[in-house]
Amino acid sequence: MSRLKSCLLLFLALFSASESIAKEEKVEELNEEFTEALLLRPLPDRKVLAHFHFRSSAPPSRMYGRHHHIFPKSIYQLVHKFKVREMELSFTQGRWNYERWGGFDPISSSNAKPPGVELWADFDVAQDQVDDSWKNLTHALSGLFCASINFLEHSTSYSAPQWSFRSFSGKLRYGTLPREAVCTENLTPWLKLLPCRDKAGISSLMDRPSIYRGNYHSQRLHLKSDEFDTSEMCNGIVLEQTLTVVLRPDTFSGQVLQPSWSLSSLFGRTVNGKCSLSSSSNVYVQFEHNLVSEGDKLRKDSEVSENEIFIHEGFQNNHLFELSLPPKRVIKEAGNLQKEGSILYEFSVDESNEFEPFDLGLSWKVPVVWSCPQAPLQASRFLLGSGNERGAIAISMKSTRSNIVERAGYDEKECWLRVGIFQMVPWYVKVYYHTLKLFLDGEPQSSTENIEKILVSPSEDKVSPGVMEVILRLPCSVNTAALTLEFDKGFLHIDEYPPDANQGFDIPSAVIHFADFVANTSFHDNFIKEVPILSRLQEEIPVVSYTEVLLVPLTTPDFSMPYNVITITCTVFALYFGSLLNALRRRVGEEERLLSGKVAKKAGPLTLMISKLSAKLRGKPWEPPKPPESGRPSTNYKLIAKIVLVAGVAAAWQFYFQ
Amino acid sequence: MEENSKTGMAEGYWLKQLSMSPYSGSMYHGSPLLLSILGPLTVKKIGGLSSDLLCSLVSVVADFISAILIRATGRSLVRAHLHNWKSLGLDKLIKHNEVVPSGDVAALVYLWNPFTIVSCIGFNTSPIENMFVIMSLYGASAGLVPLAAFGWVIASHLSLYPIVLVIPVIFLLGYGLDAPPRKLFVLNNLQIGEERSADHVELKSPSDKLSKTNFSWWRVIIFFLWASIWTSYVLILCAISMKEYGGLGAMFKRTYGFILAIEDLSPNIGVLWYFFAEVFDFFRNFFLIVFHVNILFMILPLAIRLNHRPCFLAFVYLAVSSMLKSYPSVGDSALYLSLLVLFVNELAEMQFTFFLFCGYVGISLLSPVMHNLWIWRGTGNANFYFATAMGYACFQIILVVESVSAMLNYDRKIRKLCNKV
Repeated sequence: MSRLKSCLLLFLALFSASESIAKEEKVEELNEEFTEALLLRPLPDRKVLAHFHFRSSAPPSRMYGRHHHIFPKSIYQLVHKFKVREMELSFTQGRWNYERWGGFDPISSSNAKPPGVELWADFDVAQDQVDDSWKNLTHALSGLFCASINFLEHSTSYSAPQWSFRSFSGKLRYGTLPREAVCTENLTPWLKLLPCRDKAGISSLMDRPSIYRGNYHSQRLHLKSDEFDTSEMCNGIVLEQTLTVVLRPDTFSGQVLQPSWSLSSLFGRTVNGKCSLSSSSNVYVQFEHNLVSEGDKLRKDSEVSENEIFIHEGFQNNHLFELSLPPKRVIKEAGNLQKEGSILYEFSVDESNEFEPFDLGLSWKVPVVWSCPQAPLQASRFLLGSGNERGAIAISMKSTRSNIVERAGYDEKECWLRVGIFQMVPWYVKVYYHTLKLFLDGEPQSSTENIEKILVSPSEDKVSPGVMEVILRLPCSVNTAALTLEFDKGFLHIDEYPPDANQGFDIPSAVIHFADFVANTSFHDNFIKEVPILSRLQEEIPVVSYTEVLLVPLTTPDFSMPYNVITITCTVFALYFGSLLNALRRRVGEEERLLSGKVAKKAGPLTLMISKLSAKLRGKPWEPPKPPESGRPSTNYKLIAKIVLVAGVAAAWQFYFQ
Repeated sequence: MEENSKTGMAEGYWLKQLSMSPYSGSMYHGSPLLLSILGPLTVKKIGGLSSDLLCSLVSVVADFISAILIRATGRSLVRAHLHNWKSLGLDKLIKHNEVVPSGDVAALVYLWNPFTIVSCIGFNTSPIENMFVIMSLYGASAGLVPLAAFGWVIASHLSLYPIVLVIPVIFLLGYGLDAPPRKLFVLNNLQIGEERSADHVELKSPSDKLSKTNFSWWRVIIFFLWASIWTSYVLILCAISMKEYGGLGAMFKRTYGFILAIEDLSPNIGVLWYFFAEVFDFFRNFFLIVFHVNILFMILPLAIRLNHRPCFLAFVYLAVSSMLKSYPSVGDSALYLSLLVLFVNELAEMQFTFFLFCGYVGISLLSPVMHNLWIWRGTGNANFYFATAMGYACFQIILVVESVSAMLNYDRKIRKLCNKV
C-alpha cells in the first residue's frame, strides 16, 4: 500500500514544478529520474559542438518493482534478459577531428567514436555463457535500433579485450561495424527511449536535416546497471543517451570574426519549454580554458588600466562575446596554478514556453584564435606497401607537446609516457605479429625495451579476429613514435565477399588510450553533483582516442566463374583419370588381336565377342557388330543383371537416407 | 605462393617463444619438430648472416644432399639395368656407351632446375621434404632398411602425401631395383635351364636369377618394424613439444587437417585453390573427397601394373600427388622432374617430350607474369592466372600418362626382344 502511495505521490510530483521534485527526491530515494541537458561549445575552426545529454535511471527492481513510468521498458528487459552490467553502443558518422576539436576533454574522450557502429558490453553471467549472451544481445539491439548490429554475432567480428577497456573481468566483448551507415532510422528508435521523445524539451531541437548536415554526428547509448549485485548500495539501472554533433553555423560574419550563432540558426528550431518529465533541463555554454585565457590576454592588452571586469563576471559587458540571454549561473572550473579553468554558463529552459521560446544566441565581438587541449600524442594509422599480396599497418603517434608539463614532478629523464593500443584486425588480414617494429623519432627500437605489456591473440581463419593489446612506454621527450606490423592479404571464398567487393575491406579503428592521463573538469561547487551532465564531466575517465578506419583492398576472384571453373577443372581431372587408366589397361598385343579379330570376325569366337561388348560398354565407338549368335543372350543377361544391381543399390541408398 | 613460407614459420616460432601454441593464428601449418629445429634460424643472426641467407643455406644443403642421394640411386639403377639386360641375354644387343649415366644427369637436373632454385630462394620447406623422400627411396634401393623407414616416416610426417610411397618402398625392399617383368626372368631361366641342363657348368646363375622373382618378406617386416619405431619416436617428440598446446590432436588438426580441408585459398600453382574459392559451399565436401580419392584410386592399378619397377612407381606416385595435392609448390615439380631423368634409358622413346618441355618452359614464364599482373598490378584477372595453372595441370597429366605408357611400351619391347632371342 505504501508503495502504491509513493508511486502516486511520484506521479503527482512529476507534474508539479521542478523545485518540488528536487525536494521530493531527497526524501524519496527510490525514484526514477530523467534529466536532459544540452552543452554548446564554440570550436576553434568556426564550428559549434552541441552535446545532448539525457539520463534516465531506474532504482533496483529488488526494492522498486518492475513497473516503470519513465524508464524505457525495452532497455529494462534487455538488462534483465542478458544480464548486462555495462554496455555502450554508438552510431557515428564522420570522424572526430582530434587536432581541431580537442582530444583531452571529457567530451572528446567519451564521445568521439569510430565511424559506424561500436558496441561493447560487459556481462554478469558465467564465463562460458558470455558469448551466447553477446550474440543474443546483438540481435536484440539490432531489432531495437534498426541497424545491422547482428553482424557482430559472428565470432570473426568481435573480440574479448583483456585490459584495454575498463573492465578486467574477461566478460567484456567488443565489436565494431565500420561500414554501417547511420541515419534517421537509427535516431528514431533512440529517441523513442526518451520519455518526451522529440516532442518537448531539449530534444525538440533535433531537426533531422540540420543534425545530419553536421560534420560529425555521434549518437551514443551508455547503460550501467548493478541490478545483479548483491550489495545494498545499488543504483539500479542508469541509461545515458548522448548525441554529439559538430555543426557549422550558417551565419555570415566575415573572415576574421568567429561566426555568431543561436539555437534557431543552428538547429532551425527553438526550445518551447522543458520536457515535463525531466527533473532538470539546462543548457550550458562552455568556453574552454584556452579561449578564456586568450580572452583575458586580449582584455589585458586593450584595457590595461581597467582590471575590474573579469571575464566570467559579466556576460553582458563581456569583452569577447555576448550571450543573448542572462545565464542562471556561471560555473568556473577549478583550474590549477598553470592554467585557467574553463567556464560554463548555465541556462534553464524551465521558464520558456510557446510564446517565449528559449533561443540562446552567441555573438562574437572580437576576433579570437585559440586551440583546444590536445591528447599527449596524436595518433593516425595508415597502410604501407602496394599490391594485393601483402602490406603493413603503421600507427604513427606525434607528440603534441601539451600536458606533459602538467604532470607532477617528473624530471625529463625519468619521465615516461604510457600509451595503450588496442587493435582488432579481421582474419582475412593476416597480421604477422613477429614483425612488430617500433620506431622512436625514426630510429628502430628493440621492442622489449619500450613495450611494457603485450597481449596478442592471433587471428584464426574464419573463426576469430586478430587482437593486439600493447602498452608502450615512451620517453616524454619523444617526438614521433611509429608502430608497424606486416600482414598478408587473405583470399576468401566468393560467398564471403560483400556485394561491393572491389571497394575493399574495413579494418576497425585502433583505440589509443593514455592510462596516466584523465580527462575531467573539476568544479568548485558542490551542487553540481545533482546535475548529471556536470557530474559526468567531472568523472575521471582516461584519455582515449580512435584512429582512422583503414580500407584494405583485397584481391577478388572472378565472381561469374563458378560453373566454368567447376566444369573445366573436373574435365581436366577426368582426362587425367581416364587416360592414365587407359594407358595402364592396355595389354600387349591387344591391338593386333583386335585387328585380327576384325579380319576373323566371321569366326566370331566367344571371347572376342565379350571383349568387343565390354569395349562398347566402356563407351568406345564401335561399329555395330554382326548379329552375334550365342554370345548375345549371355552378355545381355549380364547387362541386365548389372542394371538391376545398380538400380537396387540406388533404391537401397534412397531408402536408407529417408 | 608457398604454403609453409619463412614468414609463417617465423610467426609460429615467435608465438612459441611467447608460450602460445605455434598453430594459433593459422599462420604455421608445419611440423612442430621442424619449428624447433629451423625456427631459431628465422630470428637469429649467426656470424653476421641475415636470417634470409641462413634459411636459404639450409635449403641449399638439403638440396645438395638430395642430389647426392639421387646420384647414388641413379648409379644403382643403371647397374641394375645393365645387369638385367645381361641376365636376360640381351647384352649383345646394346652397345655399352648407349647407356646414359642417368644418376649424374638426374642430380644435375635436380640442382640446376629453376624450380629448385626458386624454392630455395623463397625458403619453403619443400627442399627438406624432398630430401626425406629421396632419402627413403635411396635407403630402399640400397637396402638400408632403417634409412628407408626414417625417410618415409619423416617425409609423411612433414607433408602427408609421401605416405603413399610405402608401396614402392615395399616393392623395392621385396623385389629389389627396377627390372623387366619377372615373368620374363622365369621364362628365360627355364630356357636357360633347358639349354644348360645337359652340361652342369653354370649352376650358380639360375639360382641367382630365381632369387629376383622371390619376394623377401623378411626385409619388409624389418622395414615395418623400423617404421613403427621411427613413427613412435616422432610422435613422442611431437607430443612433448605440443604438450602445453593441446597435444597431438591439435597438431594433427592443424597440419593434416589443414592439408585435407584446403582451408587456405591463396593462389598457388595448383588448381584447387581457385576451385574451392569458387565452388558452392554445399558441394565443397563432395569435391574434397573426390580430389583426395583421385590420388588414392590410382594407387592400386599403378601398383599392379608397375610392381616390377618400384622406383618408377615412386616417381609416378610423386607426380600424381604433386598434381593433385592441396597446396602444390614448384619444389614438388623439381623432385619428380629429376626422378623422371633417372629413367632416361627406359623412357627414350617417350612421346611429346619436346612439346612437354616447351610447355613447362612456357608455363614457368607465363605463370609469374600472370600472378604479377593479377596480384601486384591489379590489371589482370584471376582467370588469367588460373588458366596458366590449368595449363600446368594439363602438362603434368600428359607427362604422367606419357611416361607410364612409354615405360609399359619399353617392357613390351623387352618382351619381344626376349621372345626373339
